[in-house]
Amino acid sequence: MTYPNDTPRPGVGSIPPDQLWPGLYPETPLPWRKLATLLVAIWKRLLPWLVPVGLIAGWQIASSLGWLSTRVLPAPLAVVQAAWTLSESGELWVHVKVSAARALTGLAVGGGLGLLLGLLTGSSRIAETLLDSSIQMVRNIPALAMIPLVILWFGIDESAKLFLIAVSVFFPIYLNTFHGIRGVDPGLIEMGRTYGLSRWQLYTQIILPGALSSILVGLRFSLGLMWVILIVAETISAQAGIGYLTMNAREFLQTDIVLVGILLYALLGKLADVFAKGLERYWLRWHPGYQAQ
Amino acid sequence: MTNSLQAPRRGEPLLIDGLSKSFGEREVLRSTQLAVQPGQFIAIVGRSGCGKSTLLRLVAGLERASSGRIEIDGKTLTGLSEGTRIMFQDARLLPWKRVIYNVALGLPKNRRDDALKVLAQVGLEDRANDWPARLSGGQRQRVSLARALVHNPRLLLLDEPLGALDALTRVEMHRLIEELWLANGFTALLVTHDVQEAVALADRVILIEDGHIALDETIALARPRSQGDPAFAALEKRILDRVLQKPQQPGRVSLTHPKGSEADWPGVPAHGLRWAI
Repeated sequence: MTYPNDTPRPGVGSIPPDQLWPGLYPETPLPWRKLATLLVAIWKRLLPWLVPVGLIAGWQIASSLGWLSTRVLPAPLAVVQAAWTLSESGELWVHVKVSAARALTGLAVGGGLGLLLGLLTGSSRIAETLLDSSIQMVRNIPALAMIPLVILWFGIDESAKLFLIAVSVFFPIYLNTFHGIRGVDPGLIEMGRTYGLSRWQLYTQIILPGALSSILVGLRFSLGLMWVILIVAETISAQAGIGYLTMNAREFLQTDIVLVGILLYALLGKLADVFAKGLERYWLRWHPGYQAQ
Repeated sequence: MTNSLQAPRRGEPLLIDGLSKSFGEREVLRSTQLAVQPGQFIAIVGRSGCGKSTLLRLVAGLERASSGRIEIDGKTLTGLSEGTRIMFQDARLLPWKRVIYNVALGLPKNRRDDALKVLAQVGLEDRANDWPARLSGGQRQRVSLARALVHNPRLLLLDEPLGALDALTRVEMHRLIEELWLANGFTALLVTHDVQEAVALADRVILIEDGHIALDETIALARPRSQGDPAFAALEKRILDRVLQKPQQPGRVSLTHPKGSEADWPGVPAHGLRWAI
């Protein structure tokens, strides 16, 4: 039997399938061949999931058979159940909301300041000589090393957490904004001046778009740091939030809820990264490196 | 020259009077004198580092002269000039703006349609919504030409705009530039290291050497000019020979010319050479 020219024939490299499987392949009826290619495609899709799914299944079996104590690690099903109960009672969402609000407020304050100061020192030599070396000095202090001082200043209040997050997200955004602006092609700025752009137009049409890819790198760094600092800050003390949820659960040995909290942090971190990537894909769509293939 | 008078002239006259420019100790231009008629096409040639690009940047108002002055349309130049536009060696398109918005850069909003019209003149209206990264080198320079022309410049400065293009694209661009120059009648100042390009386009070819004008040759060939024309070839050879006459700039190490006066210099055979580098 022969095949219409438009059906794709799975072969290896440039070797056509009939030569790869002489005798057997051409005689196979068409529907069967289609089914076979479909099965191969599904198999290829499933293969990467084999190990994680296998691990979780093994974990579940080990827990069910009592080989793994729930004090060490609860069964996956128990974690799912805990997540379900918590979300049904609405408790989960309260804590997620509190944590997300904390993180985003910290990001808005610290990131906003970083962006503003970066724009300032990047655009003005006077501002750079005045501020940059001081900022670089402060940058070397790890935010977490300031915890004792921060507790003395703000107590174990909400403002302490916000301060820690703001301080740590400030530097990646500041640095990348500064370097982004300094990295803008001076030829483009010169071109803009000769084409009669005003200072404001130069800024919004040439300098800012030119620095944007660098600023977004800073944002992604900051988002990563934001969650780490949030976790630490919430673990110190909190009356609400994911950190509170997990620390509270720890007191009562509810390892399933602790695990729910850990997974929530992971999920939120991933969500933030996806969001930042989406921004990159939209704002940098002119860039060959970010264009959809 | 007679040919270039047929087009409607809206160009600005340009006067360069005793212009000097030094960068630190190094004097790049020494009391240069040049008068350009409105609508004339001037090509400036010379070895690299001879100061031809500096002269163009001075006329553009991007650099300050050390002494002397530049007069455009009777007014002494003090900074950037409204009627002057530059086409740079690298197209300098904004990669984050689509082609049409690159052309419309600096235009008031009510003149956006003009951008599309000029883009059509350079033959790229179908690429209006592309990103500059998607264009070839020649297409980018055409967009940059459109961006300059949309402002109806009265003086267009071209800073080796075709230096990075392949030979075929360059010939195409010559035709396009000549066509648009004839149609719009602006004064044009082209800096190039390609003598053939200079002879193909210019009314006058000016050679800058050691910071001053060493040659001012009027090209009276009829347009459109053909490179196969013997008069064209003779002119090109004469200018090229003159460019190559001077062996090396003083102070530079020369491998083939270690000692002795300039008279000892055997010279470079110009036959088959097209480039004065």
